[in-house]
Amino acid sequence: MCLAVPGQIIDVREEQGTRMATISFDGIHKDICLAYLPDIEVGDYAIVHVGFAISKVDEESALETLQMFKDLGILDEELGVDAAEDSGIEAAP
Amino acid sequence: MKYLDEFNDPDLARALFDDIARITTQPWAIMEVCGGQTHSIIRNGIDQLLPDGIELIHGPGCPVCVTPLGVIDKALEIAARPGVIFCSFGDMLRVPGSDRDLFQVKSEGGDVRVVYSPLDAVNLAADHPDRDVVFFAIGFETTAPANAMAVHLADQRGLTNFSVLVSHVLVPPAIEAIASSPTTRVDGFLAAGHVCSVMGTRQYAPLVERFGVPIVVTGFEPLDVLEGIRRVVQQLEAGVAELDNAYARVVSDEGNSAAQRMLDDVFEVCDRQWRGIGEIPRSGWKLAERYAHFDAETRFGVSEIDTPESELCRSGEVLQGLIKPHECAAFGEECTPRTPLGATMVSSEGACAAYFQYRRLDVPVAVE
Repeated sequence: MCLAVPGQIIDVREEQGTRMATISFDGIHKDICLAYLPDIEVGDYAIVHVGFAISKVDEESALETLQMFKDLGILDEELGVDAAEDSGIEAAP
Repeated sequence: MKYLDEFNDPDLARALFDDIARITTQPWAIMEVCGGQTHSIIRNGIDQLLPDGIELIHGPGCPVCVTPLGVIDKALEIAARPGVIFCSFGDMLRVPGSDRDLFQVKSEGGDVRVVYSPLDAVNLAADHPDRDVVFFAIGFETTAPANAMAVHLADQRGLTNFSVLVSHVLVPPAIEAIASSPTTRVDGFLAAGHVCSVMGTRQYAPLVERFGVPIVVTGFEPLDVLEGIRRVVQQLEAGVAELDNAYARVVSDEGNSAAQRMLDDVFEVCDRQWRGIGEIPRSGWKLAERYAHFDAETRFGVSEIDTPESELCRSGEVLQGLIKPHECAAFGEECTPRTPLGATMVSSEGACAAYFQYRRLDVPVAVE
């Protein structure tokens, strides 16, 4: 949970008064909260930590970082993709 | 021994290593305070590829590792209660309390769930008005804004069945505690980039001034870590101590102001126990008075639980850079990632776990 992962904003929407987005981490889609990056737009890259965009980042460095995560095989782990399967515990919706 | 071609840009890595070797004329000890950086250093063998004399000390940079045993026991107690849905980030589930971990609570019938975001826990509370949903709110300044937002939204949505078990910790007071210790060996610090992306860099200027140590804001990728080390060594060799930002592509001086406003609203600074180190004054956040009714400790009456650490475990000395993981007699014996005795073996981002995973029993013992 220590790390933050860059991804690309796919769509932006309001949910109960909070700005939310779908983000793609190299094809893995997650719902994230944009409350802390109010000016970010569809197509931009952001660094995301536990479901919150915390910092905007340019495309080139985002793609480099994502590649590193993939090479190390830690993308799934950081996104919690494996956690539920490993533990036999159902991830919350 | 690791090889340069394991870096994503081996030529750049070589140039950075060469430059560090060229400018280094005497021994220096540099501490990183970020589990991600510790992991990069051990995995890529950065400490082995650096010139002799540059020693990396792995500080208390993993939030899972520094969460005190007493807080884990509180979590276990709450999670085992009937009617509770206990939500946590995945890496807390294997952290052992005095006699079990959250996995065991789950297997004994407790409703323990892994969440990706704290907002998932808020939504669970909204979907299950008849259940008590508790979120385990741990982490450094990077994670705190997300947890603060969860509390803020639960308040806004009038959710009375949501609460948080808070054990947030702050990096600058930890650096202060280490720098002011009479036994400290640290000449310069790498500050954690993602912490600074939220808080900005300005908090570190008073530490640079007071202790005369260089602090360089650094990312966690191997090349970022190398560049941070290079800039610290450059300052040390020049006899200067400045605050520098080697991660400007992500970190601005002022940080994320929207996140800081939310943190100011939801939390207030408090003294905090650090597993393996003890209490550090004003080193954590707790819920501010107006959100105090979201405090799971009070709601479930577990405030009094306080558990002493294992006597065998020397993680406090590891976290302060006084020993390396493999210098502890329990390392790899009584203490492994499957049977961790203490903080630094608990999480995969802890220094002992990183050493264990990458089989670093061959590193030479540091000369005091």
